Amino acid sequence: MSGSRIQTIFYSAAALISLVGLAEATYLTVIFLSGETAVCGGSPDCFRVLGSSYAKIGKIPVSSLGALAYFSAFSFATFAGFGYARAQKFFTWTVTAMFCMTLWLLFVQAFRLHAFCRYCLFSAALVFLLTGLVVARPVAETQKT
Amino acid sequence: MRRFLPFIIVIVVALLAVGGGAYFYLAKRSANAPPKFAKTEGEVAGESVHVLGPANAAVTLEEFGDFQCPPCGKLSEPINHLQKQYNLRVIYREFPLPMHAHAKDAAFAAEAAGRQGRFWQMHDLLYREQAVWSNSTDARALFNAYAGMLQLDLDRFRKDMDSTDVQQQVELDQHRGAAIGVKNTPTIFLNNEALPPNQLNPDGLPAVVEAAMKKAKPSS
Repeated sequence: MSGSRIQTIFYSAAALISLVGLAEATYLTVIFLSGETAVCGGSPDCFRVLGSSYAKIGKIPVSSLGALAYFSAFSFATFAGFGYARAQKFFTWTVTAMFCMTLWLLFVQAFRLHAFCRYCLFSAALVFLLTGLVVARPVAETQKT
Repeated sequence: MRRFLPFIIVIVVALLAVGGGAYFYLAKRSANAPPKFAKTEGEVAGESVHVLGPANAAVTLEEFGDFQCPPCGKLSEPINHLQKQYNLRVIYREFPLPMHAHAKDAAFAAEAAGRQGRFWQMHDLLYREQAVWSNSTDARALFNAYAGMLQLDLDRFRKDMDSTDVQQQVELDQHRGAAIGVKNTPTIFLNNEALPPNQLNPDGLPAVVEAAMKKAKPSS
């Protein structure tokens, strides 16, 4: 398989994962802005997290920042998949920032709120997948040579 | 063409995300919006009560409810639906039963949310999540979380929950209920006539309301 083909597959996977994250973060943002309450499926912890002061920064919901981050990751992955070299760097930086933010949010849930929210855990899993792809990328690029 | 493809993909996804989000937002807003004539707080015979629907509605449904009572929870959604369908006037009164450990706190939480104009949202949420907080050892922590989800001022919510003002409001509703013979929940009055218990279920209530509408407006 050619190097550019591996890159295309790699960035397509990253773009797809980012799209899933974008959909989830958009849902949570709309829920927040419309004054509706998320469907937590009978999980009290979910309410504890989504109803906590950590769920927003000032009046801005954290999920809207997540939507922005996922959209950025999607855009950079798409451009990188089409061979834009600079987009690869931006993609790596974006995913690194998302990874750090995810670690902070997991810390908050584990040690401050003592509760985990299923939406947040799902998002964390997506970010870990993206991070895994970023870490695995040099291997893929080495293989092509 | 290939040169422009990533731009097209990104723009399409951006439009879908913003457009889909806006559509979902508007759908949620209209579903949550109170009816045209709704008042979340109103006055009935000089008392402060929670009212939905127009004052001149053909049918008034007055419910004495307990947030921890399962049959009340089952009726919550059908009553909301009937209110919208027939433009009913719905009055909700607190009647927490002593046998339910968290019912009084739940009533205080709803009243405290009402002090910030979100009684009905808390009312719906408490019924929707009834099975969760009813079995919780720390229901208050959950009520605080619900208040957070409803974007209430949490300090004020906590203070209001413990205030004598809110507690008196609940007691007033209970006294009113006791004075007109309410003993159990849900107790529902349609145009001041108490409904028999066998009609207080999601299947029976719509039929009774429809009959009351026909009776109130025989020509239509």
